[in-house]
Amino acid sequence: MKRLALLASALLIMAMLAACAGGPASPASSGGDTTTQTDSGGSEQAASAREVLIGYTASQTGKYNVESTRQVNGLNQWMKEVNDAGGIKLADGTVVTFASKSYDDESNGDRVQELYTKLATTDGADFLISPYSSGLTSTASPIAEQYEKVMITTGAADDANYTQGYTGIYQVYTPASKYLTGAVDMLKAKAPDVKKLAVVHENDKFSTGVADAVKAYAESLGYEIVLFEGYDSATTDFAPFINKIEQSAPDAILGGGHFQDGSTFARQLAEKGVDVPYMALLVAPPEPTFADLGDAAVGVVGPSQWEPLAKFTEAAASSAGLTWVGPTGDTFVSDYQAAYNDEPSYHAAGGYVAGMMLGEAIKQAGSLDSAAVKAALDSMDLLTFYGHLKFDTSAEAHGLQVGHDMVFVQWQKDGDGNLVKQVVWPAEGATADLITR
Amino acid sequence: MFDQLIVSVTDGMLIGVVYGLAAMGLTLIFGVMNVINLAHGPIMALGMFGVYLCYTVLGLNPFVGLIIVAVLGMLLGMIIYAGAVHRVIDAPHLSSLLSTFSVNMMIIGIGTAVFSTSFRNVNYSLGTVVIGPITVPGTRLSSAILALMVTGLLYLFLYRTRPGKYIRAVANNRTSAGLVGIPSTRVLAMSFGIGTALAAVAGGLIAMALPFTILSGGAFELKSFVIVVLGGLGNPIGALLGGIILGLIEGLVPVFTKVTWVPFIEFVLFILILLVRPQGLFGAKQ
Repeated sequence: MKRLALLASALLIMAMLAACAGGPASPASSGGDTTTQTDSGGSEQAASAREVLIGYTASQTGKYNVESTRQVNGLNQWMKEVNDAGGIKLADGTVVTFASKSYDDESNGDRVQELYTKLATTDGADFLISPYSSGLTSTASPIAEQYEKVMITTGAADDANYTQGYTGIYQVYTPASKYLTGAVDMLKAKAPDVKKLAVVHENDKFSTGVADAVKAYAESLGYEIVLFEGYDSATTDFAPFINKIEQSAPDAILGGGHFQDGSTFARQLAEKGVDVPYMALLVAPPEPTFADLGDAAVGVVGPSQWEPLAKFTEAAASSAGLTWVGPTGDTFVSDYQAAYNDEPSYHAAGGYVAGMMLGEAIKQAGSLDSAAVKAALDSMDLLTFYGHLKFDTSAEAHGLQVGHDMVFVQWQKDGDGNLVKQVVWPAEGATADLITR
Repeated sequence: MFDQLIVSVTDGMLIGVVYGLAAMGLTLIFGVMNVINLAHGPIMALGMFGVYLCYTVLGLNPFVGLIIVAVLGMLLGMIIYAGAVHRVIDAPHLSSLLSTFSVNMMIIGIGTAVFSTSFRNVNYSLGTVVIGPITVPGTRLSSAILALMVTGLLYLFLYRTRPGKYIRAVANNRTSAGLVGIPSTRVLAMSFGIGTALAAVAGGLIAMALPFTILSGGAFELKSFVIVVLGGLGNPIGALLGGIILGLIEGLVPVFTKVTWVPFIEFVLFILILLVRPQGLFGAKQ
């Protein structure tokens, strides 16, 4: 009995520990991880100059670290460029420059709730940029709405966040419901022998939304879904899922979740020698560091919000009757590489474009007033290096991105045996044919 | 279906042996001094980082790194014993639980500050071994073999060496062991050190196959609790068998249902064993 009591006590403490492990609020990060791009004290109104404070959280630690870091890099690059160019001039002649206030959210929703409240109140942020991931953004969104702050979301594709009746949340990414449907179109066009699909996805908001949408879409096109299963976000051992995949013998695997689990999944599939000809995973493949997997990366397809290979031009905007805004893709890539000595992924482009959308809306509104900026965002219909951007203005899905489409990349080997990303879909933008794994 | 069962059993056993090694450290400490070490998980995570740093910073083969991890794990365990356990060893059990829990929080706090909570990988490959339908990554096979070897060495140490016999004597009756001249405090420190080294080595073996963070030990600590209850508290060999049973559950349950049911089934089993056979399937320390 004594032993039972001891074990019960131990389990109780372990449960507390598990709760802590799920969402550590480490003392070091409760205030020590704050980063300020420039002195936020300068955000007070001046006669002819005004410093606008943009607030956001970054996943400096935790599972979203890779994607979030690039997203923040992109945002910082936009902010530096606009400030270096002298800022944005408002209708009353005030010149606006930008500063930022950010904290480490530890990839943890509880931290996001606490920190966005702090950004909106104590820090007095004028506008907000979302954290990375749909889950964290769904936590930040009601806070932005409650404090009437316009928030541009990037890295947050889940459709559900834009059907909550919010009026000041605007999405830069293509919604999750369209994330992998293009992969099914690609298989239909390029691999007509494919009949059976396995969908193995992370059990979070975004990935589940994508998986549900792709399942419904694939079934509507006559595909057989031989495996449909979710895995916990903390999963590191995919052996049970890989055994199920082998047993169900699909022609293609669709799914994944984020960078960490997606790259681990791809690595373990290769280690186990799983012979499935096609595989499309969310988020991880477009990241340049996915190439660190070596041969395990070959043949893996990923939907990307943007790729350096994609060429959207001012001429294309003109012929489509759209307004062109911002730098060309080549300029963005070269500036990013110069600043960070790294190739930009779509997460970096998303961060840059989130800032650019905000800046453009302020310019169009000629004011920093939230209502005016919202009206400018509502009427926005632009082409940028990142693609077409337009927001849904209906009450049912206000702020949902309706202009932007995905491209699909695949890791292939070039003539020298080096891993390179190729655009394989849509056909009109393809730089190489789809290959099998 | 048969092929899938064979593959699942193999995968389950390979990871189960490593689980067993991890649980052995926990159960050894309990068996000798009736202390449940709640710093077990973070110590496993330190073992993961030890192998990672040996490989990435020192350029050592991860299996060589394991030797360093084992030695440092032993030293760390003795320090933890001296600093946090020795003074509360005869106090009510809650004191030692809270004391080791504090060590747990300290390791996680320092580890988070130093390593962050970002994932790391030991990108070390030994190729794959293919036998019929079974394809096993070389690192997993080597880890399982090494875990079995460590278990064998522990058994030999406990039953064939004088210090091992001291440990068993102290585990049986600390007072009597002291009366016949066995330095019980040193033996207790050594036992805690060995238990900690086993946890660290198990963490190092896991790091060769799976990505990890400083928080990753928590999940394995929970598994270790299930394993020691299955195998019998204080019974190191029972822990190995309990680990294999848990690995088999993790391998076989997904063949018949969704993987998400695995933790539910594991903890139902945990409660059932506590209620029906609290001494564990293979008998607890008497």
